[in-house]
Amino acid sequence: MSASLPLGLPWPVSNLIPPRFDESKSFHAYVHIPFCEFRCGYCDFNTYTAKEIGGLSQSSFHESLITEIDASAKILKNSGYPKRSLSTLFFGGGTPSLFTSNQIEQIMSSLRDHYGFLPDIEITLEANPESASPQYLEQLAAIGVNRISLGVQSFDPKVLATLERVHDPDKVGPILKAAAELGLESSLDLIYGAPKESLDSWKTTVEIAASMGTKHVSAYSLIVEPGTKLARQIKVGELPPTDDDLDAEKFEIADEVFQANGLPWYEVANWGKPSKHNHAYWSSADWWGFGPGAHSHLSGNRFWNTKHPLGYQKQLANGSPVAGIEYIDARTNLEERLMLELRTSTGIPQTVLAELGILESTIMPFVLDGSLKIENENLAVTASGRLFVDRIVLQLLTN
Amino acid sequence: MSPRARSALEPSLTDQDQIRNFCIIAHIDHGKSTLADRMLQLTGIVDDRQMRAQYLDRMDIERERGITIKSQAVRLPWELDNKTFALNMIDTPGHVDFTYEVSRSLAACEGAVLLVDAAQGIEAQTLANLYLAMENDLEIIPVLNKIDLPAAQTEKYAEELANLIGGSPDDCLRVSGKTGVGVEELLDRIVQRVPAPTGDINAPARAMIFDSVYDSYRGVVTYVRMIDGRLSSREQIQMMSTRAVHELLEIGVISPEPVVTKGLAAGEVGYLITGVKDVRLSKVGDTVTTKDKPATVSLKGYAEPKPMVFSGIYPIDGSDYPNLREALDKLRLSDASLVYEPETSAALGFGFRCGFLGLLHLEIITERLEREFNLSLIATAPSVVYQVTREDNTEFIVTNPSEFPEGKIKVVKEPIVKATILSPKDYVGTIMDLCQTRRGTMIDMQYLGEDRVQLRYQLPLAEIVFDFFDQLKSKTQGYGSLDYEEAGYLPGDLVKVDLLLQGEKVDAFSSIVHKDKAYGHGTKITSKLRELIPRQQFEVPIQAAVGSRIIARESVRAVRKDVLAKCYGGDISRKRKLLEKQKEGKKRMKMVGRVEVPQDAFIKALSSDETSSTEKKK
Repeated sequence: MSASLPLGLPWPVSNLIPPRFDESKSFHAYVHIPFCEFRCGYCDFNTYTAKEIGGLSQSSFHESLITEIDASAKILKNSGYPKRSLSTLFFGGGTPSLFTSNQIEQIMSSLRDHYGFLPDIEITLEANPESASPQYLEQLAAIGVNRISLGVQSFDPKVLATLERVHDPDKVGPILKAAAELGLESSLDLIYGAPKESLDSWKTTVEIAASMGTKHVSAYSLIVEPGTKLARQIKVGELPPTDDDLDAEKFEIADEVFQANGLPWYEVANWGKPSKHNHAYWSSADWWGFGPGAHSHLSGNRFWNTKHPLGYQKQLANGSPVAGIEYIDARTNLEERLMLELRTSTGIPQTVLAELGILESTIMPFVLDGSLKIENENLAVTASGRLFVDRIVLQLLTN
Repeated sequence: MSPRARSALEPSLTDQDQIRNFCIIAHIDHGKSTLADRMLQLTGIVDDRQMRAQYLDRMDIERERGITIKSQAVRLPWELDNKTFALNMIDTPGHVDFTYEVSRSLAACEGAVLLVDAAQGIEAQTLANLYLAMENDLEIIPVLNKIDLPAAQTEKYAEELANLIGGSPDDCLRVSGKTGVGVEELLDRIVQRVPAPTGDINAPARAMIFDSVYDSYRGVVTYVRMIDGRLSSREQIQMMSTRAVHELLEIGVISPEPVVTKGLAAGEVGYLITGVKDVRLSKVGDTVTTKDKPATVSLKGYAEPKPMVFSGIYPIDGSDYPNLREALDKLRLSDASLVYEPETSAALGFGFRCGFLGLLHLEIITERLEREFNLSLIATAPSVVYQVTREDNTEFIVTNPSEFPEGKIKVVKEPIVKATILSPKDYVGTIMDLCQTRRGTMIDMQYLGEDRVQLRYQLPLAEIVFDFFDQLKSKTQGYGSLDYEEAGYLPGDLVKVDLLLQGEKVDAFSSIVHKDKAYGHGTKITSKLRELIPRQQFEVPIQAAVGSRIIARESVRAVRKDVLAKCYGGDISRKRKLLEKQKEGKKRMKMVGRVEVPQDAFIKALSSDETSSTEKKK
């Protein structure tokens, strides 16, 4: 979740969000848990390190989330959406593993009561290595969580220090092992491009990650967000700036190592067995994001909650915590599809390009220079086009 | 002390003995407009309530930049020794680009107030205009302004003025336009010293046009000085250069708003409205007479203003081309010196090659086009007019470097100017260095006073159109001033330097430079473009070439990665907004072959420092 929220229109007084495109799409839930033990230097996410924020406490915050779940069901029903069981559920943060399994369970039951779970539902919880004990994993498995996403970032202690991550990288192996024994799927989150991270350091990190038997890895290049401690450190020269060219090389290293270890590339920053939840975002499925600052998408309506937990809670008491909404028109919807689906290995149906009025003559130069390919009626990026998706999208839309 | 005139004299019935026509010669910032404001207040034609600063400067640009572009004439009533006079103050532009207009204004007067800042002394442009006034036999009234300033060196500069125009330093009036001190004495002095006009009231009418402005409501307003005879409203008038006849719809004086009168008589200054919509039909310098009783000999001094500097003006958005044409057509109604013709550039699309009197004129026109007509424009680097002769003796007039002929060149001639530079003596060395690097030849050097020097140089115009003035200002800490006049054409050892992106020539970046400077120019422009062109998906070689010889090269490295790492639920709106912004940004890019070039690169690459030419001299 990004630091700043977009500007949107106010939430409708009617408390209704009209179905507009295709309300038969799959339905997903994201739950944002805005607490951390410690704020890392690079982080600009919506998270807070205090256990108590004003009159709000970490130990009872799940109640607010449940209030929003109640409200969401009412809004969807009144707006005329058909009742849909959840295909995926994702607990993100912050550090969701700071919630007790009991808090998680209460949220899950509320969602199950209101919406129901599909039999093959994917339920993921993000955890930091320092807060994911074997006992905690056991409790999670018992309540039905079936996937763990571990924020590892790097296996190089020096890089972890730059990022101000406090965990011990040696703990990751045992956690993954415990998770596997409990039948939990796992994913590792990695970050490349931290100041002073060498190519060798990154190579070691991806090699360790690939050897751990996990079925899924995400690797993001570090973005220095304005206002973070890291941004200040770079500005005053304490740390060197990030280097895009080096990041490109690190991407290639990661890709090579992961693919060699049975983790095929499927999206700009993801390898392995595709996460169903991620796929929902990229295929413009419907999801409700619960919690402060969380974003939702329902049938061409994108809206987002008030960012600060206190404001969120206060607004929730008035029926809806939404801070802003935007109504995506048909053309914008198509542009969003291009922007998102071209990031994936599947690519985008050529029919969408035709609907956007993008001419063959605009597409062909990219096919000829080897950055795009046409496969199964879809237009997709090639290995060499992956790192230029944003540029290609811009050119397809403007050339 | 003189009181305000109790009653103003009636125009068209004023005896020439009671008329005084004068102008004010001053450098920019020497306080002419402020002094004029005080005169308007003192003579009572603008009351304190209506007063605003720089009352006579009509265009926004004039007021903002503190310069007068178009001249005006105001009739001021004044009384001295119980006799009432009508003083006509003719405002003159203060900039070198408008010398021709200045000379017409001077020709309309019998006297000139030489206004000099008491803290700065006389400047080169003022000196040039002073010489012009002396050539016109005007009575010069030396005045030091801003005597209220702590830095004023009144005695020193009074002496300097006395040396220049003769007489004693005590003849020099001391005034402050700001506080009003000395302004009444100045008005008295004008009455006493400026000769009355001596036209023949009974001769056929002859009026000299010294300014012609376009008003969107009234059409062309023509400012004239009656030399002989008289003009009355509803009369048919004739332009002596074209023999064109117009109905005189309105005649009057400015005081300081237009006041309709029955007519204008010999010696008077006023305005005419004929319903003509184009200033080119009422040209500055022309003589107006009547159809019924036409004069036979026109007044001397009519000349077509000649454009000295050319630049290509292109709309950033190609679909604005018709709007640009319309805007230029409209501007031409009020600016007879603006010339333009359609031009196409492989890099920039459709636009116009425009000719200007000088750089300031170029800036004012582009600024007006953008401001008054809401256009976004690219102006290519200014160029002068070359005369090129090929070995086969075909001749070319080159106003655009990209038109420089291919093949063996016999001779290239370039415009030369005679430049006058005034400066404190401490900077003589640096000025000489500057002129030398600009291919200048010294004509002479003389001391104006104890510590001020006048240097005269012969310089190629091309060497001063870019940033000479800025360099002069910065090298003399603001004290140096410049004026120049055309001095014909001379052969020069000149070559065309082309610029190639990915091996393709880009016409808009071509320039004509001296052979010895080609290498330095090539290196400079390639390294600048390397900074200005964003990285693309492929490497972009940038080369400078003379003919087929590459003289400098650089390259923009290929970008390795252009994709946002993370894109989940909350990132989508943000990312889409970024995409919208990038789409807007792309509109400010010009595709040159496969290469995206930012629009401002077309000026920045050719300017010699970081500031673009439009941010220059104020």
